Formats: sequence, C-alpha cells, structure tokens
Amino acid sequence: MSKIRLPARLENLEKLLQSVASFAEEKGLSSKRIREIELATEEAFVNIFNYAYSEQGTGEVEIDCSMGETFELIIQLIDTGIPFDIATLSDPDDLDAGLSERKIGGLGVFLIRKMVDEVQYRREGDKNILTLTFRK
Amino acid sequence: MEISKTRERNAVFMTVKGRMDAVSSPEFEKEMEELIGQGEKTFIIDLSNLDYISSAGLRSILMTAKKLKTREGKLLLSSLKDVVKEVFEISGFSSIIPIYDSVESAFAEL
Repeated sequence: MSKIRLPARLENLEKLLQSVASFAEEKGLSSKRIREIELATEEAFVNIFNYAYSEQGTGEVEIDCSMGETFELIIQLIDTGIPFDIATLSDPDDLDAGLSERKIGGLGVFLIRKMVDEVQYRREGDKNILTLTFRK
Repeated sequence: MEISKTRERNAVFMTVKGRMDAVSSPEFEKEMEELIGQGEKTFIIDLSNLDYISSAGLRSILMTAKKLKTREGKLLLSSLKDVVKEVFEISGFSSIIPIYDSVESAFAEL
C-alpha cells in the first residue's frame, strides 16, 4: 500500500501522478493501463480542488493506493472539503455534436468513468472519500 | 511537454512531445493563441511522441480548433497512439478534429 498526502494544488499534480504510476508499475500493470489510471487520478484530483475546496481555497488530499483481493488496483482520494459527490456530475450530452456546437467543459468526470472499473463515493464525518477501482 | 514548430509546405508543422495535462496544457493553448494571432491558419501537429492527454489537453485542443474554424483555418493531428488515441475516440474528438495515421497523410490533405 502506498500513501501520499499533498496540498490540493495544481503544482502537486506531477508528484501525485508519479507516485500512483510507480505503485501501478510495481504491481506489473501495462503501461497503457498505468496511463489510464493516471488520467482518472488527475481528473479526480483536479475536481477536488475545483469543487471540494472551492470555498476554503485549498486543503490537503490523501491518496492511498492498494491492491484488492482479486488483484485490482484501488485508489482512494480523501479530502476534507465540502461534501462533493462526483457521481452527481453528469456526462457530456454532446459527444456527437459538431465542432462549433461542442461545449468546452464536462469531460473530466466522463473520462474517470471510462477509465475505471468502479467508482464509489462516500462521506465520512468531514471527509469525502472517492474510491477508484481498476482491474488489470 | 515540449513543443517544436517549423513552417513547412504552407503550414505550421508542430510536434508536441510528452504530456498534455492540467499543468502543461495552458502552455500549449498560449502557443497556439500566439500563432493564430500572428495570422497562422493551417496547423499540422504530430502527436507520435505525446504519451498522455487529460481533459485539460482536450479542452485546449478543442478551443484551438474552434478558434481556427471561425477564421476558416485548419487543425490536423497525426500519429496518435495508445491512451491518447483512446481518449480521442471515447470523447468523440476523432469525429470533429481530422486525425491521420501519419504526417504525410495529413500533409496530403492540404
């Protein structure tokens, strides 16, 4: 299991992704799968400081990586921001739209859902706990 | 992320290497804005050494493509691979931004 705690700021993104990638590499995942895991982690991290910490400026995020019983990789992101359940954000509805009509935002959560096998959210006391599960 | 550019056959030919994430994408956007501001309209970008792209990168590319469209310009991308290709396909970007298997086939379109 690996654990890292960092202020939820963009400047910490690379450090965070490197830590996640190292863990996944150690566990023998393919480099494509590792990139997918980094992508989901980036999107989750960015959403935490855009939404969960939007009111207080910033706070810390803890990211725990572990392997589950059936060799799935589990990444948990824990923050102490305002209650924020990523599942309440909906997917873009304009994936088939032409260039001019396509809206600029909305892809972050969509990509998380596409890259993971499971995403779960729960609130525990003052913490948001987001669990991303990746099968090999 | 490393961006290099040259003028070639009436287009700005660029290569973007490394990663386009929430940290590096603004730099790409700024570079494109500057070039478009200088009047450049046709861009071919070789992504054969782009290892990673997140929604931030997609947003920058989309904004650039939209800007170019209003100026009757063109953005062509070539040689996407692995997770970058996957992300383009699942987000529907491969239908709105012309994508080619090689730099030569992109140039052939001009």
